[in-house]
Amino acid sequence: MATVELTFSALPAHVRTARLVATAIARRTGVEESLLDEVRLAVGEACSRAVEAHRAHCPGEPIRIELRDDSGRFEVTVSDLAPSDEIKQEQPLDLGMLSDSFMSNFGIAVIEGLADDVEVFPSPKGTNIRMSWPAAVGV
Amino acid sequence: MDLKLDHRTEDRLTIVEVEGEIDVYTAPRLRELLIDLVNKGNFHLLVNMEKVDFLDSTGLGVLVGGLKRVRAHDGSLELVCTQERILKIFRITGLTKVFGIYASVDEAKEAHGKDK
Repeated sequence: MATVELTFSALPAHVRTARLVATAIARRTGVEESLLDEVRLAVGEACSRAVEAHRAHCPGEPIRIELRDDSGRFEVTVSDLAPSDEIKQEQPLDLGMLSDSFMSNFGIAVIEGLADDVEVFPSPKGTNIRMSWPAAVGV
Repeated sequence: MDLKLDHRTEDRLTIVEVEGEIDVYTAPRLRELLIDLVNKGNFHLLVNMEKVDFLDSTGLGVLVGGLKRVRAHDGSLELVCTQERILKIFRITGLTKVFGIYASVDEAKEAHGKDK
């Protein structure tokens, strides 16, 4: 198992860097080219959500990403330290409910639509989002 | 790639050209432009996303926010997009039912003309 860890300050500008790193490692791990856009978007969503949560609760704390090549899977875990509200399940779309800042849970819905396998672990001490995609074994 | 924004008005339709990445870092600039256009009385907006490389839920939120603002003035906000990677995000989130999405600026202008 090869692991890359990345920590970054809770600044929106760093989310792009995190996306690029994740996509590069996914490619090297053997994730199919057709899935790389999904990796890029899902990791970006998870990092954006974490940045917004940290900016609201603990702007001085870093966000951590672990990228693993694990038995034929490329696995990414994005961890934040912001206390999590209960993750709301999908709700019917109503434009009146939507606002520019409604995207926290919407981002998770996007991740669930993109990643092959997703688990979200919210807790009072932070949220871990783990997602994975198939990768070529032995790359 | 950073975000490039431009806009022009043809008849009553304001066409917003967007190029680059719309994410948590760059989306505030698009939000400011849309708010500014609405504040200046442009209530029929067409956002051309053909040169957008990346769009995340923050960007979707900005577009939804823009749509709410123009609808408050009986206006419209429609999109031009044929890129599968971008359209997929609209489909996942169900927003294909909220936005009019066209294959070209000309097609959107034609549809807009019929609605006038």
